[in-house]
Amino acid sequence: MPSLSAYSDQPLAHPAPDTPAAERLWLALVALGLLALVVTAAAPAGLREPAFWLGVALLSAGALGWSWWKFGRGPDGVRHNYLWARASTSRGAVAWVTGVALTGFYVVLYWWPEYLENLIRPLDGLSQLLRQRQADQWFLYGTFYTLAVLLMGARALLKYRHSPYQRVRTASVMFFQLGFAWLLPGVLLALQQPEFYFTYFWPLKYDYLFPGGVQSLLQNGHLGAFMVGWGVIMSFVATPVLTYFFGKRWYCSWVCGCGGLAETAGDPYRHLSDKRREAWRYEVSIVYTVLGFIVVTTALLWLNTRLGGALLGRLSDEFSRTYGFVVGALFSGVVGVGFYPILGSRVWCRYGCPMAAYLGLLQKHFSRFRITTNGGQCISCGNCSNVCEMGIDVKQYAQRGEPIIRAACVGCGLCSTACPRGVLNLENGPREGRYQPSQLIRAESLRILD
Amino acid sequence: MHLVIIGNGIAGVSCAQTVRRLRPEARITLVSAESAHHFSRPALMYLYMGHLRWPDVKPFEDWYWVENRLELVHDRATRIDADAHTVHLAAGPSLAYDALLLATGATTQYYDWPGQDLRGVQGLVSKADVELMADLTRDVREAVVVGGGLIGVEMAEMLRTRGLAVTMLVRDRHYWGSVLPPEEAALVDAQLRRHGVRVQYGTELAEILGDASGRVRAVRTSGGQELPCQWLGVATGVVPNLALTAGTSIETDRGILVDEYLRTSVPGIFAAGDCAQRRTPPPGEAAIEPLWYTGRMQGETVAHTICGQPTAYQRGPWFNSAKFFDLEYQTYGQVPARPADGKASFWWQHPTAPLGLRLHYRADASRALLGVNALGLRLRHDVCDQWLRRATPVPEVLAQLGAANFDPEFFAQHEPAIVAAYNARHPDEPAVVLRRRKGLLGRLLSV
Repeated sequence: MPSLSAYSDQPLAHPAPDTPAAERLWLALVALGLLALVVTAAAPAGLREPAFWLGVALLSAGALGWSWWKFGRGPDGVRHNYLWARASTSRGAVAWVTGVALTGFYVVLYWWPEYLENLIRPLDGLSQLLRQRQADQWFLYGTFYTLAVLLMGARALLKYRHSPYQRVRTASVMFFQLGFAWLLPGVLLALQQPEFYFTYFWPLKYDYLFPGGVQSLLQNGHLGAFMVGWGVIMSFVATPVLTYFFGKRWYCSWVCGCGGLAETAGDPYRHLSDKRREAWRYEVSIVYTVLGFIVVTTALLWLNTRLGGALLGRLSDEFSRTYGFVVGALFSGVVGVGFYPILGSRVWCRYGCPMAAYLGLLQKHFSRFRITTNGGQCISCGNCSNVCEMGIDVKQYAQRGEPIIRAACVGCGLCSTACPRGVLNLENGPREGRYQPSQLIRAESLRILD
Repeated sequence: MHLVIIGNGIAGVSCAQTVRRLRPEARITLVSAESAHHFSRPALMYLYMGHLRWPDVKPFEDWYWVENRLELVHDRATRIDADAHTVHLAAGPSLAYDALLLATGATTQYYDWPGQDLRGVQGLVSKADVELMADLTRDVREAVVVGGGLIGVEMAEMLRTRGLAVTMLVRDRHYWGSVLPPEEAALVDAQLRRHGVRVQYGTELAEILGDASGRVRAVRTSGGQELPCQWLGVATGVVPNLALTAGTSIETDRGILVDEYLRTSVPGIFAAGDCAQRRTPPPGEAAIEPLWYTGRMQGETVAHTICGQPTAYQRGPWFNSAKFFDLEYQTYGQVPARPADGKASFWWQHPTAPLGLRLHYRADASRALLGVNALGLRLRHDVCDQWLRRATPVPEVLAQLGAANFDPEFFAQHEPAIVAAYNARHPDEPAVVLRRRKGLLGRLLSV
């Protein structure tokens, strides 16, 4: 008889059942789509357009069909069977292959985009239509990114269709990715305006409030001035106000593109986040350092500008390049997304994102948001902690009857969705008594003590 | 003081944590043969289904025990020498104690069925049980579960994830007939059907039939029918573990007998959780409460007595929860399975969705709330608890129903329909007016 330590991850559910033939068929379409895209990369000029669009079509049809087959039929509800037993979702061989492929794509995209030429050119038509200019590697990236959010968003809509909160929230991230992170910046380019993202703010999009960024936007007349004003207001007025009322979630799991990808494409990997106390310590020491770095650098750069460059010279450009490489490319892209199948879907958001750190401080100290624990109903089963993509050990709070108020919490609501006893609820309420634990569970508050 | 606790389940661990808080200097030792660390017993099913791993069902990381100086001994307690204040262990050295808590839990209840010792016949209580179940249900096509309670439906859900054909044998006319009224049971039955579980009501297990290798091959029901199965789940309740009291003067009945302070008949020895049986439970309460929540409360209570603050066990209004496949269930207070004299009951059910709410109350002028059953609706524990403590009249409960709603944002709110149904059924009473929950704007402005 196998004991619990016989396998590293999940001995009792081993082996996972064979994938049914119909599911294999849908997955085969996805694989053929990917194959067509690989062929495109090396195809002669005449073949690359048809191969590319065939690849996109097969990939999309396969992903949608598989999502429907897997989650859209039968009773709705939480479906996590064999989550920790399948190679794809428990750091098995499939997960490593997926991780290496994703990481490889990012490496080529950042450092050897010339190898993507054959994938970029077929998008020229679309790019002309939207942006009035030729496609480039970033248009390819943005298009694939948006496609991933939409296709896997459809999967999330089917998987969580029993939860109105998850439906609305998933639709929101799909809307903001498609509208504000893909269509609108393209249209702006077509209108000879700066490629501005209205849903990214300082300190995440740090250069929007760097002297250089502001100056370049201001060269674009009224619209440029509006964009600078939008950036300032969103960072310093709207963010604190919205976070006060709704918590960090208004941004991180409803609007943000990074969050959008994590909540859709990253959903199969959300449970892989590290829940140990050690990981929390790393999180705190890294993410606030990144935030502090951005704040200090922004202040120094403005001081430098006021002093006519006497302080730092042209460090601004240098900084943008270095930070852009280390944080923008390595952290948020290669590690953040490439390692989804190994480290979980929110590595960047948890350890690296300065916006998340800023929102987190607001959420912890100046917000009405909390996740309420329902009296003494927790059974310590661990499903809430398991699905927390931010690595919060939610049950530590729930089993003590305490509300969950953590800087990291992005308010995705999956803990509430997955709880088999209906113990957790995301709520905005008065700040008074926000940290008050339930009277129904702790020994200190037992009424037997009178 | 050296407190030795036999059992590292929720009762034993809750006691250890509370004693640590009340007596920072106390030496506390937890002895368990079952597992090296405390785990969530209700979560065993998620291990089998692959939702969680072993570390995920441990409520505390391993450092917790070291940092809180709770000594863990992974060994089997074999004998108590009450005169010498000593517990003997199977492998390690004996432990001398000043106070001893027996939190030995319970085990599967068998009813002397012919063939119950065959391989493939088992219950689901311990970590070893779920490991055995995982092992014995590989390469199995058909399973039978006997018992229509919470564990029975858990077993059915587990088995269905492996695609087994599952038949449940339920003694009563409907599911969990000793606890649930028929309307609630019908909603659970719909879940079972929806998930492909066959249920035979009014049927008991008569005999278990084995093959030549000593493994179960079929069961014969009380109706004489033979159902082939290669695995039989026994979910007909649990019985307290009393083995350790053998050879001592600790008085036992079905469980280890305790007074209201959870003291056994032997000074210095206490019992709590599934293994304890109260000598004189208050009216309406069971002598043995084999439940996670009551285990926790008993553990906390007995800790006070052990620390010299004698505290009677008073659990307050009853509550419990479960999930039947996709259907969540919460209950507060007392809701009898059958109509009771002098009591009335209001049941609302959604016309299409699996949602239901029952309010059980006194039929006299007070209309005092006695209990609530909720299916597919999440209710706020503290609101229900206050209603029950204050014997709130049911019309007032209905008017306040919005305050008890614990469903997530954007979920449909059924309070208006529930109140309308009540008013329609009680045309002679003053109509209940639902107190509006604050809308979005109101909430925004109520800083």
